[in-house]
Order: sequence, then structure tokens, then C-alpha cells
Amino acid sequence: MSESRATWTKYSSPQAFYPLAGKLIPWFAGLAMICLAAGLYIGFLVAPTDFQQGDSYRIIFVHVPAAWMSMFLYVVMAGWAAVGLGLKARPSFMMAQAIAPTGALFTFLALFTGAFWGKPTWGAWWVWDARLTSELILLFQYAGVMLLHASIDDLRRADRASAVLALVGVVNVPIIYFSVRWWNTLHQGASVSMTAAPKMAATMLSAMGIMALGFWMYSAAVALMRVRCIILERERQASWAQIERGA
Amino acid sequence: MSQAGLSAVVRAIVRRDVLLAFRRQADVMTAVFFFVIVASLFPLGVSPEPAVLRMIAPGVLWVAALLSCLLSLGRVFTADYQDGVLEQMVLIPHPLAVLVSAKVFAHWVVSGLPIVVLSLLLGVQFGLEGEALGVLALSLLLGTPALSLIGSIGAALTLGVRGGGMLVALLVLPLFIPVLIFGSGAVSSTVSGIGAEANLSLLGAALVLALPLAPWAAAAAVRIAVE
Repeated sequence: MSESRATWTKYSSPQAFYPLAGKLIPWFAGLAMICLAAGLYIGFLVAPTDFQQGDSYRIIFVHVPAAWMSMFLYVVMAGWAAVGLGLKARPSFMMAQAIAPTGALFTFLALFTGAFWGKPTWGAWWVWDARLTSELILLFQYAGVMLLHASIDDLRRADRASAVLALVGVVNVPIIYFSVRWWNTLHQGASVSMTAAPKMAATMLSAMGIMALGFWMYSAAVALMRVRCIILERERQASWAQIERGA
Repeated sequence: MSQAGLSAVVRAIVRRDVLLAFRRQADVMTAVFFFVIVASLFPLGVSPEPAVLRMIAPGVLWVAALLSCLLSLGRVFTADYQDGVLEQMVLIPHPLAVLVSAKVFAHWVVSGLPIVVLSLLLGVQFGLEGEALGVLALSLLLGTPALSLIGSIGAALTLGVRGGGMLVALLVLPLFIPVLIFGSGAVSSTVSGIGAEANLSLLGAALVLALPLAPWAAAAAVRIAVE
């Protein structure tokens, strides 16, 4: 027990975490490529055409997993922020900082693909529906966290201040999720449900699941790459980092 | 050494902050006049048609109140941060979150309460009457304290930060949105005859949620800033 604890806490030092991240990246990247290739193949070639929406529905294989990831990554970022504040562990803050841009990217992707789905289906690029609006607010929140971090010169303070902001913003994620029930609007209710009988064909569901897994692995790979850059940047005075950079 | 009780400290902070604000009346009046001017721009910009005004009134008055609150947020901590009072406040052996709540309450008395009162006048200018006017004031009475509470987090996070004034808007406005939706929704639903109970309840829930959580987060942010 004590031994496993010792190996776990070892990675709270940037120097130990840097090579671990390096070793994990190829695995996550490989899995991401396999999942995305399989998901896109099933989604675009195997899954049947929808009887009401035609082929335009196929954007959901990107849209829905991107929307899931945008919310999930915010929670993960806030989780790292909480760990950082609670344990005062520097790599946790670095992970939170590394996840933010990927989360913002997926939020943008969800909004962008949503617009492309909305035009043929609803006849409008954008409607001021609760879920769309909440997703837009999520994008603002990612921007807020990143900009607050960038505006504070003292890194220790920047880490902790943006961590507090990320945790405050987490209140918004359940509001996004339940907004469909709170406000009665245009956006269709959740099509995927764990309790009710599935309304979608099994192939569509599996394609969506595989795509979500692929996005998840992609996020892990990219966040780890980014955290390695952040570590090297912050530890540039340390001798091991200078060797790593080849300086 | 005798130690002042918590309630005495809270009363002293509220009294001091309100007194300081009234000694610098220009600051207080700026935020209040800002509210009136922003609201007055909309009939000029959109249309003086009474039907149109009645429709946009809830949203316009609420957005104006929200922006006016944002404008005055700098007053909550900045001066105390610059002259070191905030640092002393962190050292007081009382929970910092309660002291922060006292400062937020003082901010609301100075900048939120005048808006609640003035909204009755502006509501009449926008053609609201009877029940809708009452719901407007009630929604602002419930909503502006929530705005002050949530805003204090952003104000504390941006203490001494480059371009803090612009940044605080970006941090705080997304968090204001639920309050805005419920607040203006309460007035709109009264105007259209649905009844405001649901929105007012949600607004009250937002206030009850912000009351313990926001000062706690703001206190954490103050500690980060003064360290």
C-alpha cells in the first residue's frame, strides 16, 4: 500500500511526469486514430440514412461527441484545478491549463457543426435555444479561464486564480445539461437515454460511442503534448529541462 | 486583548464601506446614471412605439442593471487592496467569507438598491404598469444581490491584474446569464399574463445558492490575491 502510494505521488513532480506523459502520448494518439477511422467509417458508410432528416443527420457523429467532450473536458479541467488547489500540486495546474484550449476547441466544433445541422433541419444557422446558448456560454467560460491565466504574470497566482474561476464555472455545466428540461424550446430533447428504449438504430449509437471514445483519446494525447511544452517552459531553469531541450 | 465579536466587525465593515461610498458620491452617481442612460438609449435606438417598448422593457432594464452592477464592481475590493486594508482583513480572526459578505452587502446597498427604486420610474417610461411594474422591482430586489455576490468573485480574481476592468466583464457576464434569464423572464411572463411565480422562484433559488457559495469563492480569490 505504502509502496503504491509512493509511486503515485512520484508523478507530482514535473520532472517525473514529463517522461511519463511522453510515454503515454503514442498510445492515446494511436487509439484516437483507430477510433476516429472506425467511427467515421461506420457513421458515414454503414449507418442507415435517417428516414426524416436524410443524410444531413450524419453530422451528429461529430456534433454530439464534440458537445459531450466540451462539457466533459470542462469538468476534467475543474477536477485538475480542484486537485491543484487541494494538494498544491503543480502538475495538476499544468494539466488544467493544458486541457482548456482543447475544451474550447470542442465547444467551438459543437457550435459550428450544430449550425450546419440546424440549417437544413430547422432552416436557420442559429436559434437562441437554451442548449445552444449554454454551449456558447461554455465557450465564454473557457475563454475567461484562459484569459485570466494569461493576464496574471505571477504563475503561481495565475494557476490558483484560474482554478477558482474554473470551479465556479462548473456550476454552469449541469445548467447546460438540464436546460432542455428547464426551458421549453426548439432543440430536440436528448435522443440518447440510458433508461428509456433507444430511439436510434444500434449502428448509429455505436458510431457515436466510438467517435466519442476517439475524441476522448485525442484530447488526452493533445493535452499531454501541451503539458509537456508547459513543463519545459516553466522548468527551463532546471538542468534536466535544459538537457531535454537539447540546450 | 479584547476581541471584537463577529457581528460587531460585520456592522463596522458595512458602515465603513457605505460611508466611504457616500463620501465619494460621484462614484455612486456614475453607476446609477449609467443605468438610466443605457435604458434611455433603447427607445431612441429601437423605436418609441409603446407596444415595442413594453415588449423589450424587461430585457433592456435588466441588461442595464447588470451592466451598471458590472461598472461598480471595482469598488468592492480595489481601494482596500491598494492601501493594504484587505491584507489586514485577511488577518482578522473571523471567517473571511463572512467579512466578504459584509463588503458585498455594502456594495449592494450603494449600487443595487438605487437601481431597484429607479426601475419603478423607468418601468413607467417603458409603458409597464400595475403588476408588471411590481414584478420588475421585485425581480431586481431578488436579482441585484445575486449579481453583487457573483460579481464579487470576479472582482476579487482580477485584483491588481493588467486590464482588470475589461477582464472582470468577461469573467462575470457568463455567470450573470442565469440571473438575467430568470429576472427578465419574470417580468415578460407577467406582461404576457402567464404569471411570474416560476421565474421568481428560480431567481430566489439563484440568490439562495449564491449567498453561501459566492462569498466563499470570493474569499478564496482574495487570499490568492493578497498572498
